[in-house]
Amino acid sequence: MGQTVSEKIISRHIGRSVGAGDLVVTPVDGVMATDTTAPLALKAFEKMGGTKVFDPTKCALVLDHAVPPPNERIANLHKMMRAFAAEQGMRLFEIGEGICHQVMIENAYVKPGDIFIGADSHTPTYGAVNAMASGVGSTDLAATMMTGKIWLKVPESIKIICNGQLQTGVSAKDLILYLVGKITISGATYKSVEFEGEAFEGMTVASRMTIANMVAEMGGKTAIVNPKGLELDYDFDPIYPDHDAHYVDTFEFDVSNLEPQVAAPESPDNVVNISQHAGQEINYAFIGTCCNGRLEDLQAAAQILKGKRIKSGVRMVIGPASKNVMLEAMNDGTLQILMNAGASIITPGCGPCVGTHQGVPGNDEVVISAANRNFRGRMGNPNSNIFLAAPATVAASALAGCITNPKEFL
Amino acid sequence: MVHVYGDNVDTDRIIPGKYTKTLDLSTLADHVLEDLDPDFRHNVKDGDILIAGENFGCGSSREQAPIALKQCGLSCIVADYFARIFYRNAINIGLPILEIGNHDIEKGDDIEVDIEQGVVTNKTKGKTYQATQLPQVMIDILEEGGLVDYLKKHGDYQLS
Ligand code: SF4
Repeated sequence: MGQTVSEKIISRHIGRSVGAGDLVVTPVDGVMATDTTAPLALKAFEKMGGTKVFDPTKCALVLDHAVPPPNERIANLHKMMRAFAAEQGMRLFEIGEGICHQVMIENAYVKPGDIFIGADSHTPTYGAVNAMASGVGSTDLAATMMTGKIWLKVPESIKIICNGQLQTGVSAKDLILYLVGKITISGATYKSVEFEGEAFEGMTVASRMTIANMVAEMGGKTAIVNPKGLELDYDFDPIYPDHDAHYVDTFEFDVSNLEPQVAAPESPDNVVNISQHAGQEINYAFIGTCCNGRLEDLQAAAQILKGKRIKSGVRMVIGPASKNVMLEAMNDGTLQILMNAGASIITPGCGPCVGTHQGVPGNDEVVISAANRNFRGRMGNPNSNIFLAAPATVAASALAGCITNPKEFL
Repeated sequence: MVHVYGDNVDTDRIIPGKYTKTLDLSTLADHVLEDLDPDFRHNVKDGDILIAGENFGCGSSREQAPIALKQCGLSCIVADYFARIFYRNAINIGLPILEIGNHDIEKGDDIEVDIEQGVVTNKTKGKTYQATQLPQVMIDILEEGGLVDYLKKHGDYQLS
């Protein structure tokens, strides 16, 4: 029988043909941990008898979740990570270099056909570049750094086909929000989610990352965006599914009339057309994260904010996904437009996404955010509410002071 | 005693991200489930059981979530099913978890758990439930007390 992309990638790694449900121990091509997950992982590594990582060129640590460190406790965790990386001769991405998933792809730590294990739940993002990537916790990560392997169950696959082209003002974020709403927060639990169809073919790597990223919000184990139309700055052999591959579910949508979407508090699958919340007052607008902090996202906001000022009383925070993104946005004038419109630019990294620092909302405040999660308390205050939307919607809403369809400004 | 919650209890509710950046694991128990049930951490006693619905532990990969639940004294978690990373993390740190689809355990029920057999007895309702079988590698890891001790002993995964 034919194979799905994740079945193919795993089969190639272990040298025999496997299918959904098989339990395997497979070698991996890359491993990554962050300042949230690495400290526990390094402790576990030591306790399990680890001395050398399996291959320092394939392991990386990233300082991104709390950068620059907001207190001495976190500063000391960063210090511990630096020391470990230096001792092992592996790369550490310093504060301000960017969010783990962004820097892994920018620096080609992950390539098409790879198996990648990251100690972060949004690791499936690398399905944007045709890799099979999965998130784990700290102890699993430690074991993988030590052995170069991971045990896993070959996942069943779901296929999501999207026909038609998205309208102007409607982005990959609107599409993936719509799909998370349909599949639900648990609908892809343990599964590989493969995306294919016209709507994805013309997408940039950045947009493909936005799509694959939110498979985490469906509970998925890994994501694969069909590589048709994928362009990278190096040569690669794309991996396509076989025509007779088995999918446990196939969903097909025509997305040519899709409207901008929002996920209302307090679950990313609580998704509706923007019209249902249009006019909802907001206090705080945030664009950034591994979901939507890339150049095209900042440019989409700048297109709306050019020559204008955000509504008085509203604050706006922009967190570029990496130093590269920030430099590009600086060079092409995007940052200037955003700052002149009233936005505050923060150090590349996770920023306020996970509620540690750099922009915690106040009580009863409403946030419109381009991030991927709006669970209660996610941004550090359980008494605030978070709406998720595309960068263009966040910018339009900052301008109007209430949730606003970006098409009104295009 | 059982503590009963519903579906989709996410990791931000189990332990908010602002408390996760620490190696002092005892501080995690001080904040466990605080946004979902502020009284939980005061009421929980050693050996208590947490009962949940579907997709328990969805969201972040933070291992601090099962650690916080283990630190506060819970002996076991029973849910309809668990989110994938939480499931692995719990086994890896040696926190027993049982998946029982469509269970009807409610607040106040008197529950007994046989972790080895994967059997939960509800004395109040006079019922027993059989948990889904763990893959062999997970049973082996749990038997060693977690992945750290498993690897310390074997040095590598013992499979295929
Ligand atoms: S930006 Fe947010 S979702 Fe992405 S890795 Fe950082 S904390 Fe996680």
